[in-house]
Amino acid sequence: MLSLEALSASELWELLERGSYFRERLDKGEKTGKELKGRTVANMFFEPSTRTRMSFELAAQYLGAHVINFAHQGSSLVKGECLLDTAWTIEAMAVDCMVIRHGTTGAAKLVANNVRAAVVNAGDGTHAHPTQGLLDILTIWRHKGRVEGLKVVIVGDVLHSRVARSNIQGLAKLGAQVVVVGPATMLPDSADWPVEVETDLDRALEGADCVNVLRIQKERQEQGLFPSQQEYFKFWGIDANRLTSDMLLLHPGPMNRGIEIEGRAADGPNSAILDQVTNGVAIRMAVLSMLLERSGH
Amino acid sequence: MELLLKNGYIIDAKGESYGDIWIRDGNIAEVGKDLIRPGQSVNLAGKVVLPGLVDLHAHLREPGQEGKETIATGTAAAARGGFTTVCAMANTSPAIDTPLLVDLVKLKAREQGWVEVLPVGAITKGLKGEEIAELGLMHQAGAVGFSDDGNWVQNSRIAHNAMKYAAQWDLLLISHPEDLSLSADGVMNAGSLADKLSLKGADAVAEVAAVERDIILAEATGCRLHLTHISTAGSVAALRRAKARGVRVTADVTPHHLLLTEELCAGYNTLAKVNPPLRRKQDCEALLEGLLDGTIDAIATDHAPHREAEKRTTFDAAPAGISSLEIAWPLLYAHLVEAGHMPLATLVEKMATGPRRIIGRDLTLAPGERADITVIDPTSRGVVNPAEFISKGRNTPLAGWKLAGLPVMTIVQGEIAMLNGKVGAGLAAQPVAQVG
Repeated sequence: MLSLEALSASELWELLERGSYFRERLDKGEKTGKELKGRTVANMFFEPSTRTRMSFELAAQYLGAHVINFAHQGSSLVKGECLLDTAWTIEAMAVDCMVIRHGTTGAAKLVANNVRAAVVNAGDGTHAHPTQGLLDILTIWRHKGRVEGLKVVIVGDVLHSRVARSNIQGLAKLGAQVVVVGPATMLPDSADWPVEVETDLDRALEGADCVNVLRIQKERQEQGLFPSQQEYFKFWGIDANRLTSDMLLLHPGPMNRGIEIEGRAADGPNSAILDQVTNGVAIRMAVLSMLLERSGH
Repeated sequence: MELLLKNGYIIDAKGESYGDIWIRDGNIAEVGKDLIRPGQSVNLAGKVVLPGLVDLHAHLREPGQEGKETIATGTAAAARGGFTTVCAMANTSPAIDTPLLVDLVKLKAREQGWVEVLPVGAITKGLKGEEIAELGLMHQAGAVGFSDDGNWVQNSRIAHNAMKYAAQWDLLLISHPEDLSLSADGVMNAGSLADKLSLKGADAVAEVAAVERDIILAEATGCRLHLTHISTAGSVAALRRAKARGVRVTADVTPHHLLLTEELCAGYNTLAKVNPPLRRKQDCEALLEGLLDGTIDAIATDHAPHREAEKRTTFDAAPAGISSLEIAWPLLYAHLVEAGHMPLATLVEKMATGPRRIIGRDLTLAPGERADITVIDPTSRGVVNPAEFISKGRNTPLAGWKLAGLPVMTIVQGEIAMLNGKVGAGLAAQPVAQVG
């Protein structure tokens, strides 16, 4: 699975329903599934990651798979091995599924085009992060009971966010209204995206059902995209006062408290942020089980 | 306080007519004929009454360069020159690049200023052209616009981002158009005279290329762009083309670029050193034509005071700039209006109405409007005498030049800040019998 773009609405629903099923299993404490017994999943992370890597690892383990982890540090990559050589080497160890996180757009697709193993994109550059998109939508669906017709506001550096792209692709396909808001320097041209574009946060939040807050990266300031954390927080920071009681608050993590999100909001009654983490494991169980069912033994 | 201006000839954007203006509590309370009202009254027969002049571009030098000018002396010079509002450029020390510094300038101006001061904030932090400054917070603090004046944002990506960012709040960016890679340390206009003097030349294309880039970015982003002190025929042509296709761009020109040419630099006259440099006769003509046909919206002083000793050095080492708040209006009245190049109403448009429109402070002399008023005496004559300047900066190459139509009264929010060339606090309390 490389992005949500190629999936139809019914395929998305199949994954969401399966994710919801695994979420219920997790809630019951069932961690000894057999769906992936005898299969091997390789986590190949060329970029630092905590929650995505751990959640793929646990998802595979909860379904009974063997899991190997590959991290950039200390790997042969620092010795200059190219991405495809690394992928072929790992595949040669009888791996069934590769989960790839890479800083370059298109990296997962390059590997998928050149190996027989199933490939899951766990984030490629600013392009796509399909399981994050799915887990956000699963969280929204489980809280709101529907996706169609909801107003979902995505706040922050939309232009450089793979999380935003995957959310937008999935949400638009399922009939939600997506509004993106942030500094004009971090927003796409609305003509090219299935979203409404807004720079005024209060206007964007009017009547919103869900607010998904993106992480602000410090280096964007050096790139001249926004002036300072103070100014960002003043105009686009989410504080509890800006939320009404029925707005569901999401954040893909890791959070910069006091910059894009105030602690009181992150920890308050609107927040589904920790729920997202649990749903992350569930949706990755759904993705891995579905992919490996299809690829057969 | 109450003040009745009687029998003046009133010119504003709405038209011209004889009449009386009654000012009460800082605002125009009434406009009419043969008014009799309590309080002070002044007979302005033979005088012309205008919406207060606005300077879009002045260096008040505070904080940090108080040896050259202060908010107190700079605004006194402005009042003497007939200006009721001055936009104070951001290239102070430190540069005005945070909301706190915007507050500081406003606070000083409120305490010590003789006219209204509207702070201009920096576009980039420290005017370095690297990171966007806090435009949103400075705007909330009261910055009227944003400029790295003295520096152009050389990096086009940063300029593009700044314009995108400014456009989201419809902020005004004021550009000093000069591509440094082209002007290449030039100290005067490039060409045969610079070659003869063996001074490094700043080529006109350095300005035109910068103007064109800024226009392209403004067109792409929808940002409100103001090009300040344009000085070349090429810039006027570029601007004319941009306006014809609907780009949101405005521009100003200085008195010295309208009237003076590079020949003044001969003999290494540092008083004629200014940035952008004095150009050629054909540039002056193109600038005047641009003003008359509406391509150029405003005249701004680029008042740039320096200490006398700073200009008493080699041409290369001297700082660029001319002190001109006190003479801009009467100089242009003499050399444009009286010389028959421009109707008086056009000079009013370029020094009052036009600049006001750019900063969103339109003013007609009508009831309910703020009483910012300049009174001039069309029969008065004088010559430029830097020794009489209130400004700390007496640096001008125009000493001895003819002046006419001098401002005789500057009223700022209903208070008389200048009367007959004197700036002071007691003026309002004195009986005002005769003006001029």
